Amino acid sequence: MSGFILGVAVVLLLLVGALLYRVCVGPTAIDRIVAVNAIGTKTTVLLVLIGLRFDDVGMFVDFALAYGLLNFMGSLAAARYFQRSDKRAHESERHPAPVAPPGKARPGKVGS
Amino acid sequence: MSLLIDVVAAGLMIAGLVFFIGATLGLLRFPDFYTRMHAAGKGDTLSTILILLGVAVYISKEVFFEHHWVVLLVMVKILSIAGFIMVTSPTSTHALMRAGYEDADEPDPQIPNKDQGAECLEDRPDHPPVMEDME
Repeated sequence: MSGFILGVAVVLLLLVGALLYRVCVGPTAIDRIVAVNAIGTKTTVLLVLIGLRFDDVGMFVDFALAYGLLNFMGSLAAARYFQRSDKRAHESERHPAPVAPPGKARPGKVGS
Repeated sequence: MSLLIDVVAAGLMIAGLVFFIGATLGLLRFPDFYTRMHAAGKGDTLSTILILLGVAVYISKEVFFEHHWVVLLVMVKILSIAGFIMVTSPTSTHALMRAGYEDADEPDPQIPNKDQGAECLEDRPDHPPVMEDME
């Protein structure tokens, strides 16, 4: 059973290596964030399996819980950051900054 | 009894691995941002819960046969991780999907959607021909 758990952990590690492809070449930024989120979920499981391997699950479960919390916070923060930056870009498109009309000169330059 | 617990734990872990492999394949090979998100959001949640359930079943042997009652607390912690993942993974998927949707990313045109359904039906060769000139 111990070898089986090690095999499950190795397969999870190979899947993480496959997901790194999506992190590297993902067409959009959100794709990369999704792949990193999936890697974090796999790491949570992997920490519990490492705890089984070391016969100390009670310690590694706490690590896994903390890692899951950090992963959730990180993906939420990244999603909110991209959402806000996109919204700001769209608003600046919709309401462009006021540009002075070309025909009128500024009042400071009238007298000169 | 010990063998039965081992078999149940191994079955849960193998099922979780199958779903993990499916989610990873979907994330790697689907053509569209939305479909990739669909694969990642569902497969990761289910497979994480399955593997953690397998681990909890596996360490329950120490409670049953050696009466280490501390392991019961570890089992509760593992199940709480599973419940936590069950809540947070759809939440983060929802937030990421919303952020990507506001990016105005168009879906892949090769994926058939509802608006193309009528045209696809007319293009099928076994569709009965429309009789317009009958008098």
